[in-house]
Amino acid sequence: MSEPVTNESAAPSVTGSGASGDPAALLSLRAITKSFGAVQALRHVDLDIPAGQVTALIGDNGAGKSTLIKVIAGIHEPTSGEKYWLGQRVDAHTPRAAAELGIATVYQDLALCDNLDIVANMYLGYEATRRAVLDEVAMEVHTRQTLADLLVSTIQSVRQLVGSLSGGQRQAIAVARAVMRDAKLVIMDEPTAALGVTQTKNVLDLITALASRGIAVLVISHNLNDVFAVADRIAVMHLGTLVSSGPAANYDTARAVELITTGTTSRAA
Amino acid sequence: MSLDTRPLETEGAHSSRQRLRALVGGDLGLVPVLIALVALVVYFQVRNSVFLSAANVTNLFIQAVIYVFLGMAEVWLLLLGEIDLSLGWVAGMAGSIAAIVTNVQYAWPWWAAFAVALAVSAAIGALWGLFVVRLRLPSFIVTLAGNFIVEGVLLYILDHVFQGGGAPVQEKVLSDLTNGNLTPTWTWVFVVATVLVSTVVALSRERARRRAGLVNAPLYRLIVKLAVLAVFGVLLALVFNANRGSFIPIQGMPFAVPLVFGVMVLYSFVLARTKFGRYLYAIGGNPEAARRAGIPVDRYRVYAFLLGGLTAGIGGLFYVSRLGGYSSSSTDSTVVLYAVAAAVIGGTSLYGGRGKMTFPVVGGIILAVIINGLVLIQVSATMEFVVTGVVLLAAVTVDSLARRSQTLLK
Repeated sequence: MSEPVTNESAAPSVTGSGASGDPAALLSLRAITKSFGAVQALRHVDLDIPAGQVTALIGDNGAGKSTLIKVIAGIHEPTSGEKYWLGQRVDAHTPRAAAELGIATVYQDLALCDNLDIVANMYLGYEATRRAVLDEVAMEVHTRQTLADLLVSTIQSVRQLVGSLSGGQRQAIAVARAVMRDAKLVIMDEPTAALGVTQTKNVLDLITALASRGIAVLVISHNLNDVFAVADRIAVMHLGTLVSSGPAANYDTARAVELITTGTTSRAA
Repeated sequence: MSLDTRPLETEGAHSSRQRLRALVGGDLGLVPVLIALVALVVYFQVRNSVFLSAANVTNLFIQAVIYVFLGMAEVWLLLLGEIDLSLGWVAGMAGSIAAIVTNVQYAWPWWAAFAVALAVSAAIGALWGLFVVRLRLPSFIVTLAGNFIVEGVLLYILDHVFQGGGAPVQEKVLSDLTNGNLTPTWTWVFVVATVLVSTVVALSRERARRRAGLVNAPLYRLIVKLAVLAVFGVLLALVFNANRGSFIPIQGMPFAVPLVFGVMVLYSFVLARTKFGRYLYAIGGNPEAARRAGIPVDRYRVYAFLLGGLTAGIGGLFYVSRLGGYSSSSTDSTVVLYAVAAAVIGGTSLYGGRGKMTFPVVGGIILAVIINGLVLIQVSATMEFVVTGVVLLAAVTVDSLARRSQTLLK
């Protein structure tokens, strides 16, 4: 089942693209449906995520945002529908398979070990070894390089315990870990939810830095100010349906709010 | 761009908070514990000058061996936030097996006896681990039940399978674990070699970091550490090499000391320098993060229980060697609490994720100092329990405060 589907999908296409993956997009979802028993969490979602751009996924609680990113991250297997990676049909239905494609997810809890230092967290599960002994020097050098590339400059020492870092710094470590593993698509779930003003700005700068390195970023956020500050594209979900998507320039706050709350808009783009 | 540009006025508060965290959070490492140890030693020496005699210091180290091994066994589990309450009897089981099968009646060679004894103790540990992992039971309950089972089985073996209700040590290697000594020359060789190897290893690590352009900790710290090690080693060698016999001369470092040291170095290496050790810390710190990083969390839990049982078994060999045999009257229901105490007094966290193999060594020595010293200053044996209990409670309190400060300061 790895060949691209050639017949037109029965699902109405909101974005207007065809049923096969858009070769210009890094990841294309086509007619993705996900049901939990009688509950339909996602209905015929079509979404294109281009490389080097920040796509913001917005919607109210229960709109299906989390389910959608779990489908992308391989945690949920879609009930029906297809995923295309660089135009090729893929079945990345396990977290491991999605990670091998280059999809990295930074969850809200960040999944960091407070009792380990930054280097150990960056390499957790992927430690560099020489003759079965941890190669601390190589790991430390590479960690410093990665953080410098992402312009993360306030961390005093990469040998600090992660438990001693601020919220923004922790977010940066979780993102840097994804980048270090050659992630091509980084999914961030509410990255600024628990942060103060300055730290929020720093995380938004980090998101922009990721995109400028050619990485596709998919951000879930409730904060429309943050969304309009960084997003190149916006996708709005309402009750399990992707009701609108397109370049961020086509939206303003009032239109976004209307789409989030009612699923439709009376305003012109 | 900077990721954390807090307003300047919080900087002062921040750094004093960090200092508080360093003080309470165990960042000082073993320093507070070592100060407590020195204070205890001074106190007992002032009260009774026999305390620091060559004979008593040697005796004290042999006493500490069982606590150190059981403490190291418990560290494998405490690192994951687990506990094994059966380790005291598991040690007794391993020691008894070794004593029984090397007895003149069966006359196994010592290495076969040790191998079987350690295999049994490791298997018992792994069995508790499987119960904890497969059935999601709290390790506290599983190993408490296990404690009674092992106790019962061992007492049955001692009373019925082996005639006479006890198994005397009749094999030279088993006896020598705690009764044999290095010659004075080999004592010096061991001390000098240890200091030299430590220096070479530390310097080569230092050089590798410098060559890669990484920042090193200030050199004086390394020099101080090595100097302390050297001074301590020389003092020990002098004490051990002094004649401590009353009729025939007895000299030299007990075999038990380099053996404990060797196991400690090996375990420390595994914890600090291998993926295996790194994963144990990760699971203890955040099991969910470890799972998402692809670490087989449950398998590592079973490994930890297995290593705990194995290490307790090693301790049991030394235990039976020191007692000169094992009988149904050698009760040790309390010894497991000394194991937990040795680990926690040294600074191992009960909540998982924090601890080192050097901690139970210091903790075990502190326990031995307390127990040995209280006897010398003729405090009744019942007070021994009270003092040990107070020390354990104090250690657990510090651990809890350290943890709370870490969550509060975030």
